[in-house]
Amino acid sequence: MSLMQEFGQRALDRGVPLSVQLDVTYRCNERCIHCYLDHDDHGEMTTAEIRGVLDQLADAGVFFLTLSGGEVFMRRDFFNIVEYARSLMFCVKIKTNAFMIGEEEARRLHELMVQDVQVSIYSHRAEVHDAITLLPGSLKRTVEGIRRLRSHGVKVVVANVLMMQNLSDYSGVIQLAEDLGAEYTIDPTITPMMDGDRNVLRLGLGVPQLQDVFRNSDLVGNVDEFCAPPPAMHEDVLRELPCSAGHTACYISPYGDLYPCVQFPLPSGNVRSQKFMDIWLYSEQLNDVRSITAADLPVCSGCGHVGSCSRCPGLAYLEGNMRGPSTQDCQKSFARTGIESANMRLRKTGSVSSGLVQIAALPS
Amino acid sequence: MRSVYISRATAVAARSLDGEMMIMSAKDSTLFTLNPVGTIIWQSADGKMPLAEIVKQKICVEFDADPAEALKDAELFVSDLASHGILVMSDSPIAQPELHSKTVTRGS
Repeated sequence: MSLMQEFGQRALDRGVPLSVQLDVTYRCNERCIHCYLDHDDHGEMTTAEIRGVLDQLADAGVFFLTLSGGEVFMRRDFFNIVEYARSLMFCVKIKTNAFMIGEEEARRLHELMVQDVQVSIYSHRAEVHDAITLLPGSLKRTVEGIRRLRSHGVKVVVANVLMMQNLSDYSGVIQLAEDLGAEYTIDPTITPMMDGDRNVLRLGLGVPQLQDVFRNSDLVGNVDEFCAPPPAMHEDVLRELPCSAGHTACYISPYGDLYPCVQFPLPSGNVRSQKFMDIWLYSEQLNDVRSITAADLPVCSGCGHVGSCSRCPGLAYLEGNMRGPSTQDCQKSFARTGIESANMRLRKTGSVSSGLVQIAALPS
Repeated sequence: MRSVYISRATAVAARSLDGEMMIMSAKDSTLFTLNPVGTIIWQSADGKMPLAEIVKQKICVEFDADPAEALKDAELFVSDLASHGILVMSDSPIAQPELHSKTVTRGS
C-alpha cells in the first residue's frame, strides 16, 4: 500500500474529507457543446465567503483542493483565492481552459506552487477543437497558455474528453501533449447536465467506438489485462464502497451547494447557511450515500462485472436511482469484455424502466 | 553552542491527520509523513523559536525524553527534512509568510 493509499484509508476510517472540488464560477468564455453547466451567474460566493469556506475545509482536514469552473479566470479575484488556499497549505489543483493565461498568470501560478493545472484539449486540429468549444481561436490561445505554464515549470495535464466529434483525433492530442511537455489523460464519459437533461449524451461514444478506445494499448496499457473478463464474484466485493464521493471527497458549487461529487448532484447542504462540518457529518443525503455498499445495489450486486465495473453512483443518480446501474458504465464494461451486464440483460427483457431523474430540491 | 532555527518551506502542501503530518513537496510531488514527534517539530517550526527550545518545551515535556538525546535526534530529523526542501534551517531567526497548518483529530 502506498503512502497515499494509507492516508486515503485512514481518512476513510476517520471520516475525513481528503479531497474537495470547489467550483469558483460557472461563467465561462467557451460554450463547449458537451458541457453540463448553466453558465449564467446565479449569485456566486464572494471572495470573503470563499475564504471562509477554505478556512473550514482546512479545519476539516482537506488536503487536495481542486479549483474549477466554469472558467476560473473569469473571476477577477481568482489569484486572491489561490493565494489564500496556498497559505492554508492545501495541495491545489486547477482546471482551466488556459485561454486567459498570459505571462503574468503563468508566473503567479508557478510562484504559488500549485500542484498541477489541468487543461482540456479536444483536438490538435483547430477546426475540431474550436467547433467543440464554440470559441474561434480557442485552440491557439489554449496551447499558448500551456506553453507559458510549461516555460515557468508548472505541471500541466492535458485532459481529452472523447466524443463522436473528436474520436479520431486523440493520437494527435497525445502527440501535442508530448510536444508541450504535458501529461495526458483521456475521458470517454459525457455527463448529463446538472439539471438532469440528458440530451447531451447523444454526443457520447457508442459501444463500437469504446471498443476501439479500450483496445488501444497506448491508452490502456496491457489490452489483454484491461479487457479481461471479470473475475469470479467474491463475497468481499459486495462489501466494497462504490467510490470516494461522500466518503473522503465532495464538491461545492459557486453558490455554496454541497454535493457528494461534481458528477453526483445530490443536494446535501449549503455552506452559505450551514457549517461545512455540520453538512459533512450530519447531512442525511451524505450519510445515505455512505451507507451504500455493492451488496445494496439491487441490479449490480448480481452482475458479474460488479467487482471490476467503473460504475459511477453519480451517473446512476442522474439516471434516476443512486443504487441503480449506470448504463454508461455498463456499456464500458461490455465494450471492454464483450460480456453484457445484468442491467443490459434486464433492459433487453424490458424489466427495467428508464425513467429520467428528477433532481430533488434541497430540503428546507 | 549555536542555535538552530527552523521554518516550514512554502513549497509544500501539508495537513495533519490524527496527529501525523502529511506533507507533499510541490516541487516533485514526493509525499512524506511525520510521526507525532516529527509533527510537533514541524508545527513548531515558526522560524522564531530555536530548535533546542522546541525540544525542551514541547518534546521533552510531552514525551518524557532526555533533553540531550532528544535534541540530537531532532537535529538529524530537521537536517533530513531540510535536505528534501520541506523545512528551512538557519542559525538566525527566519521570517516566514503567514502559513496555517491545520490539525485534524477525529475518531472513527
